[in-house]
Amino acid sequence: MKLREWFLLPARAWMAVLFAAPFAIVLAYSLMTRGDIGGIAPPWTAESYARLIDPLYLTILWRSFVMAAVATALCLLFAFPAALFISRSTSHRNLYLQLVMLPFWTSFLVRTYAWLFLLRDTGLINTLLESLGLTHAPLPLLYNDGAVLLGLVYGYLPFMVLPIYATLERLDPALVEAAADLGARPMTTVFRVIVPLSKPGIVAGSILVFIPCLGAYLTPDLLGGGRTVMVGNLVQNQFTTARDWPFGSAISMALMLIVTLLLVLFLRKESESLV
Amino acid sequence: MAPILELRRLVKHFPGHQAVRDISLVIPHGSFFSLLGPSGCGKTTTLRLIAGFEEPTSGDVLLNGEIVNQRRPYERNVSTVFQNYALFPHLTARQNVEFGLKRHKAPDIDRRVKEALDLVSLTGKESRRPAQLSGGERQRVALARSLVLQPDVLLLDEPLAALDPKLRKQMRIELKAMQRRVGITFLLVTHDQEEALSMSDQLAVMNEGRVEQVGTPEDVYLRPQSRFVAGFLGGVNWINGVGIRPESVRLNRTAACQGTPATVTGSVFLGDCVQVLVRLATGENAVAQLARADANFKPGDAVHLSWNADDEMTLPS
Amino acid sequence: MKRWLGVYTVGFFAFLHLPLLTLAVFSFNSSKFTRWEHFSFEWYAAIFKDPQILEGTWNSVIIAFWATILSTVIGTLCAYGLWKRGSRVLTSSLYLSLVTPEIVTGISLLALFQWAFRWLHWQLGLYTVVLAHVAFSIAYVVIVVSARLRTVSPALEEAAMDLGANEWQAFWYVTLPALAPGIVAAALLALTVSFDDYVITSMVAGVDSETLPMVIYAMARRGASPVINAISALITLIFGALILISERVREA
Repeated sequence: MKLREWFLLPARAWMAVLFAAPFAIVLAYSLMTRGDIGGIAPPWTAESYARLIDPLYLTILWRSFVMAAVATALCLLFAFPAALFISRSTSHRNLYLQLVMLPFWTSFLVRTYAWLFLLRDTGLINTLLESLGLTHAPLPLLYNDGAVLLGLVYGYLPFMVLPIYATLERLDPALVEAAADLGARPMTTVFRVIVPLSKPGIVAGSILVFIPCLGAYLTPDLLGGGRTVMVGNLVQNQFTTARDWPFGSAISMALMLIVTLLLVLFLRKESESLV
Repeated sequence: MAPILELRRLVKHFPGHQAVRDISLVIPHGSFFSLLGPSGCGKTTTLRLIAGFEEPTSGDVLLNGEIVNQRRPYERNVSTVFQNYALFPHLTARQNVEFGLKRHKAPDIDRRVKEALDLVSLTGKESRRPAQLSGGERQRVALARSLVLQPDVLLLDEPLAALDPKLRKQMRIELKAMQRRVGITFLLVTHDQEEALSMSDQLAVMNEGRVEQVGTPEDVYLRPQSRFVAGFLGGVNWINGVGIRPESVRLNRTAACQGTPATVTGSVFLGDCVQVLVRLATGENAVAQLARADANFKPGDAVHLSWNADDEMTLPS
Repeated sequence: MKRWLGVYTVGFFAFLHLPLLTLAVFSFNSSKFTRWEHFSFEWYAAIFKDPQILEGTWNSVIIAFWATILSTVIGTLCAYGLWKRGSRVLTSSLYLSLVTPEIVTGISLLALFQWAFRWLHWQLGLYTVVLAHVAFSIAYVVIVVSARLRTVSPALEEAAMDLGANEWQAFWYVTLPALAPGIVAAALLALTVSFDDYVITSMVAGVDSETLPMVIYAMARRGASPVINAISALITLIFGALILISERVREA
């Protein structure tokens, strides 16, 4: 056997046993029936998939979609100007990039908890507002959709900054100068030249943010406090309290299908932007 | 005695194109041999087939009379100086030179490394990394690294291409002198005809995966066997079916001696000489390369072209 | 225009860093509430008195240690193998593992372990967490090491073999040293994702193998606590320092 085959062997084995096999088991579970005391039992059926069309669950799926889409849009809105600034700065570019990456490198859980700490009734924001006399009762900042959106945006913002920065950095500065030379005002240059040319980065960043937001579990659980149910929480619920493994598996499969389609789209865009 | 290196009907196909189509060559022991041709002619692929980085589709590579097609690069006693030298960036000059000796578990490593570094005049720079060396010094390390292994054949893939033009001319002389000194067979790949002509004992001119002509520099320059070889090695005027190099053409104002009548259309000043452009009565264009003192022609002047019969290049039909 | 962008970017960095900074500041507050009283280390002291936190930390360290070593070795070898010649199946499964929602990875691994344990009579424990962490870290390592490999010229290995090194020696003496910075970065990434993970870990951890994120999570669900602030500040500080040091090492 060639060296390359030996080198690929452990990864192949690991991915087969701990990625493909679990996937196959969940696929099998999704086609079975719920057992009497939870778990799974024969017979084979597609009933779990049929239940996905129940308006109750469709609403949750749709909600997750909207939350992920809004979080992605907000990330894009916040990230683009910052990426533009970093790409056009000359002296401290690496420092800025490190500042973007540093929170990302620490801990997602800690970053989510930070907002719990800031937004709760006795949190810093409410305490400040009250001590300034602006409010008399704490504002309900936590445990709602807004808090979850904030947590998602905060958590995945670097995923948007970096790909956009990468395309902007490769952009020939002469193009910007040419636009100005031809009479375009700065804003016109941004929207008519820079934004269209950074489209590969925008698409890549959007997919990188959208995918984890869609399947988010931790953020809605901590910051939504059970009120904001997203599809990730629904899956977890089916495997714990509801004890309906086949249905939980079916939702997982549906989620995987969407995520895979997005991944294919992303890889196609990636290879386009590499050309 | 078998030749040090022989290629027999060598063919290499890649998906979508044929890089090498039927090459046969015999490279004599101790010679400086060049493969010359335009980019994409298959010369680098030929070199890689000899080094063992590619396997031939058909045909054989013979080293010392032995077929080595199936041998891995580390099982062949040939060594390559790569185009960009491929020095190991994390190793010093000395460690780069030691690398091969260590792999071969050679005795006397210290002495041999010192000799190799002396040979390329790099003494004193042993502990520098490639990034701290100049282009010329890197090339010397690459040479020392290969020569220290005493290969049967040293393969050089455009070794001068990465150097600036001035250094390149100087290195031609040094490379040739080094080859004479060490007595190892050098096989050079280049697209630069001046390089090939000035250094080689023999050269093979390649085009589209085939060898067009093999011979000494004088042979291929003065007696090309094809239009391609004639044109690739230098300028050539085709007049009445024979080829004349521009530097062999003489221009006369008077028709006293016999010659081909023509009209001057312009001239190009090249510093050490002048190229005078003329149009023949047949409407064809020709060039005469003259010494500055002989080139007082103005556009519109009527002239006669002449040359020595010895300088005529006649292609086999 | 450039000035406005600059002002905006200052605000952007404030948004990224202020929440963590205030979190750290209030870990030194003597009061349980978010009103500043006076400076105190009491919450830091509380960390070291809490057996649950200590045990969770120890478990997390052990898990992260093994997960990092295994995933770095496996991922590096894999990236190298794929660099030599691609494999569509392996590459797509790696990408897929990267985008699979954590909760789905978690429940599918749980399903696998439960299914396998019916015959094997093993139990969930630290090692199931290590197995799971390696499974999702390999892809990260492969991506980081592959990015580094793209900067390595294939001519280097050819040169090594040309000088007499076999395939293994060419890898060991030439390519591996060139990859070192990428491998360090990959290991750090594997370390952070392993140390940080809650969702998958909570699914596959045994009863006796609670990790630090699991302890923090349970505490956070009960409401904010200055002790969590203190732990968070420590985690941020340690990992922040680790990242900065590794950047310095790589630049040097």
